[in-house]
Amino acid sequence: MSQPGPPGSGAAPAGLQARDGAAAASGAPYSNGPVHSAVMSSQVAVNQGYNSQLPGSYPHLIPAKTLNPASGQSHYGGSQGPGQTLHRPPVAANPVAPSLHSGPVPRTLVPASQSPAATPRPSGGFLPGASPLPPVNWQHSYPSMGSQMNQYPPAPSQPPVPGNTHLSTNHQYVSSGDPSLQNSYVKSGSALPLRNPPQPTTFQPGAPPGPPPTRVPPLEGGLPPVRALLPPKAPLRTAPQPSFNSVVNQEGITSNTNNGSMMARSSYDEIEGGGFLATPQLATKNPQMSRSVGYAYPSLPPGYQNTAPASSATGMPPSSFNYPSGPQAFPQTPLGANHLTASMSGLSLHPEGLRVVNLLQERKMLPSTPLQPPVPNLHEDIQKLNCNPELFRCTLTSIPQTQALLNKAKLPLGLLLHPFKDLVQLPVVTSSTIVRCRSCRTYINPFVSFLDQRRWKCNLCYRINDVPEEFMYNPLTRVYGEPHRRPEVQNATIEFMAPSEYMLRPPQPPVYLFVFDVSHNAVETGYLNSVCQSLLDNLDLLPGNTRTKIGFITFDSTIHFYSLQEGLSQPQMLIISDIDDVFIPMPENLLVNLNESKELVQGLLKTLPQMFTKSLETQSALGPALQAAFKLMSPTGGRMSVFQTQLPTLGVGALKPREEPNQRSSAKEIHLTPSTDFYKKLALDCSGQQVAVDLFLLSGQYSDLASLGCISRYSAGSVYYYPSYHHQHNPVQVQKLQKELQRYLTRKIGFEAVMRIRCTKGLSIHTFHGNFFVRSTDLLSLPNVNPDAGYAVQMSVEESLTDTQLVSFQSALLYTSSKGERRIRVHTLCLPVVATLNEVFLGADVQAISGLLANMAVDRSVTASLSDARDALVNAVIDSLAAYRSSVLSNQQPGLMVPFSLRLFPLFVLALLKQKSFQTGTNARLDERIFAMCQVKNQPLVHLMLTTHPNLYRVDNLSDEGALNINDRTIPQPPILQLSVENLSRDGAFLMDGGSVLMLWVGKNCAQHFLSQVLGVQNYASIPQIGTDLPELDTPESARMIAFISWLREQRPFFPVLYIIRDESPMKASFLQNMVEDRTESALSYYEFLLHIQQQVNK
Amino acid sequence: IIAFDELKTDYKNPIDQCNTLNPLVLPEYLIHAFFCVMFLCAAEWLTLGLNMPLLAYHIWRYMSRPVMSGPGLYDPTTIMNADILAYCQKEGWCKLAFYLLAFFYYLYGMIYVLVSS
Repeated sequence: MSQPGPPGSGAAPAGLQARDGAAAASGAPYSNGPVHSAVMSSQVAVNQGYNSQLPGSYPHLIPAKTLNPASGQSHYGGSQGPGQTLHRPPVAANPVAPSLHSGPVPRTLVPASQSPAATPRPSGGFLPGASPLPPVNWQHSYPSMGSQMNQYPPAPSQPPVPGNTHLSTNHQYVSSGDPSLQNSYVKSGSALPLRNPPQPTTFQPGAPPGPPPTRVPPLEGGLPPVRALLPPKAPLRTAPQPSFNSVVNQEGITSNTNNGSMMARSSYDEIEGGGFLATPQLATKNPQMSRSVGYAYPSLPPGYQNTAPASSATGMPPSSFNYPSGPQAFPQTPLGANHLTASMSGLSLHPEGLRVVNLLQERKMLPSTPLQPPVPNLHEDIQKLNCNPELFRCTLTSIPQTQALLNKAKLPLGLLLHPFKDLVQLPVVTSSTIVRCRSCRTYINPFVSFLDQRRWKCNLCYRINDVPEEFMYNPLTRVYGEPHRRPEVQNATIEFMAPSEYMLRPPQPPVYLFVFDVSHNAVETGYLNSVCQSLLDNLDLLPGNTRTKIGFITFDSTIHFYSLQEGLSQPQMLIISDIDDVFIPMPENLLVNLNESKELVQGLLKTLPQMFTKSLETQSALGPALQAAFKLMSPTGGRMSVFQTQLPTLGVGALKPREEPNQRSSAKEIHLTPSTDFYKKLALDCSGQQVAVDLFLLSGQYSDLASLGCISRYSAGSVYYYPSYHHQHNPVQVQKLQKELQRYLTRKIGFEAVMRIRCTKGLSIHTFHGNFFVRSTDLLSLPNVNPDAGYAVQMSVEESLTDTQLVSFQSALLYTSSKGERRIRVHTLCLPVVATLNEVFLGADVQAISGLLANMAVDRSVTASLSDARDALVNAVIDSLAAYRSSVLSNQQPGLMVPFSLRLFPLFVLALLKQKSFQTGTNARLDERIFAMCQVKNQPLVHLMLTTHPNLYRVDNLSDEGALNINDRTIPQPPILQLSVENLSRDGAFLMDGGSVLMLWVGKNCAQHFLSQVLGVQNYASIPQIGTDLPELDTPESARMIAFISWLREQRPFFPVLYIIRDESPMKASFLQNMVEDRTESALSYYEFLLHIQQQVNK
Repeated sequence: IIAFDELKTDYKNPIDQCNTLNPLVLPEYLIHAFFCVMFLCAAEWLTLGLNMPLLAYHIWRYMSRPVMSGPGLYDPTTIMNADILAYCQKEGWCKLAFYLLAFFYYLYGMIYVLVSS
């Protein structure tokens, strides 16, 4: 395709069209002055368009089910026909869906023909291949397409070849409209290997069906003539034409002229139709984002400086983040309040961007919709190429110029990453050379600048590099001479298939080793049953290929190995009782190929739970068992899953109980530091051999997680903790273990990974947070990487950035997939540099700041003490607000004045102070606290924020008003309430979404209707003490409730257990504990906290 | 002692670096302590007074070292933290300067004694 970028995604030719559209959309001329008024009008339009719905909630992605389909349809039409929108503000205001149509369309086009789904079709060419697909499209998005087609057939951007746009939009819709695809990345990944064989056929429309020519270098000889053909055509075809057409035509050309060797040089594969990252975002984020008004604004002109802030607020182009949230839309010129106010439409529908908030007077600061990350104040072209904030986020979306300015702001500068998140769509590039800067090794990214056709300037070190010959040719569009249209330059998130120079050794096979504690205590808890059952169920779903290896070790005071040699009728157990000097009893057959010995493995898993029921051994030799496991795995590397139920008592690594329950309340003298460095050292050895250790701790008593956790922390594993696990007494934990284990076993995994973070010259990395081993100043060693792990990085400004406008951060994760491919996933984030304190404050991302502060506080509590960490958290708020007060605010008003962007800062910090990690008081057990700290370090930001500050919804009166529509399902969207008991009432039912847990609290006087229609019980007394299941009743109320809960669950990779709590339930305490705005025995209420801060700030 | 610079600029594995550094720490401290004892015996009060702060610092440093089984000071997991690395580097430079000055001072003292006697 000639135009990888959607119209307006930064590619110049698109501008022509887009500009028109934008002018129409904003209903304003291009001049500066009226811009904001135009924006205002578009806001009004937004309101008009969605009058019938809840303000701000607009199911943009699923037009089919919009409550007022008429408006929805007209929107779609509107953007496609720029001319008409001029006269129809409401239409123009919401080009959301059209943006989807027109946006990623061009990208999806070619890949569509290339995607695995399309492979079975005959190689007859593009159009024939396309024809089977449109029906799908029509099923998924019939009304919207209908409106689009019917209403504006002559719309200029609806190209003369409608069939093809169908194909592309179709793809788009299939992928984005279906949230179930959210988690399907694994599948798409697993489909990858299939991809190559069919490529030649799919990519060479004209090629005769037959043995396709081999697609790698041998064919290079065939290229030059083709190239010679192409260049003259490329400009002709691409520039004047609307994007998809040219693509189509290009296809046509190639099918005529091409002899099928076009693919030879570098083949581009895109998973799932080759979308843009933005497309998956739309899909995955849809639920959260959809409330924002007018969010996708496809047709704003690139090049309109003055409309940029407005556009960033009223809506982002489809390929950008689509975060309309207001506080970040800055004026181009400092203090251009008009622009700002105009640009604020995101969260609350009224302009508030520059507003200074007096927190003491305005108490209802929590938005009723999920908080959106701020949008950097970047030129729109750049912004829409920028990385998704879910993957890569900075605490300050405007980077201060100097360290002095940063110090003055007293806000932490850092990045929060979720690099291996499951993505629905991810462009994957296979190319024999990966273009990187020659001096700093940065991967080429959308923010580099091309000086001319042949040279590009690195955006990190400013070195000028040559564009390699191969890069001149764009296999996606088959156009020569447009390096800036290559997918590498159009996507901020991209995955490369790494050639062999990125391997130190051949890619390792996936190796899974399970280490079970089978001492008396462990057998008592009965965990083996559920774990083995889960393993049996998911054995086929373990990510891997034919090389997958699996092994088992059990231990009590001795270590038991299991020989699973092929041909044995049953597994053979080998017992090593010499735990002082551990050795491996036999060199092979302890780790066996899963496919070859599957029956043996299944047999072992079935018998394992019964084998130790009579065991009276109470000792636990975890240390030696780990050593043995490490020895077993060290030749290959892989994942070790350790299940432990008590304090290790034997051999190396034995620990002593350190917790003193009586002293829990005193913040001093608690043992957060490890008592031995055995686990740390072992973890480092593991890390060196590419072994990651995941620890499952199912202990009732104190097990010194502070020491044990080191094994996972430095080997890039993860820790799971199930306090008081018991198969009969604690069914809730059993369910939790099963669900988490299922996710754990089936999720994607990357082996022998390293992650490097690069940033523009002048910035430097200060500290890393997360589970890994830091191997050099910017390199993390991650023996395993999993999609649920998040990382944080503290940055500092080393040199002044005065001579640069933009800074970029790039994270590159090199890993071996479970299929044995070496891959590199690259994320690039670009942010503006600002010179004044006010802009720094305006660009603050309060969630990211809280997340980074939490990470720093964990470090502080380990190195210093918990009370130090708590003080540091409070001081962080005080210092930054005091800095704001003294340096930015001119007139000293009474009250606690905060910038709008930081209005939730005190609340989040208070929530952190009340979180398990940092709370004082007697109710937190040491292990639980340490587990919470591990979670803070290891969780991605979204989940961390939910655990810290859960979302509270009232659910007894759910209605369809403002509901989302996804795939024929109506999902009600109740507003988020503040976490205060005053919002609870006895005659209601409330759902608290705490990330990994959902709690439904049913008030005592809850309406009978709700009890019978949703909970399926006769009266309040018959609600079980602890319920975890919601009956599926055949009532609309029940359907709504279930739709809502399952929608919440779909948003996260793991499965949060739902607890139904009534007034007398023991769980009620933990429900109320999350009411962070209220006063507790040991902590201040929100208002008191604000008063305290005010006192300190005004000093 | 200046190996930290290598760690910062060069990309040597911190585990290896710590493994080479850690065994050196204790001997260094012991040698310094030995010198101090010698000064004490020789009743060189001025020199001893100059060395006492460093001795105290060494003792403090070793008392507050991270939990480790082997001898040594440096923990490969935390050494890459920018603060700690910078601190260790600074410490290294300062000590190098101090030892150099001390060496010349001792030399001067020795020559002075030789000449005067």
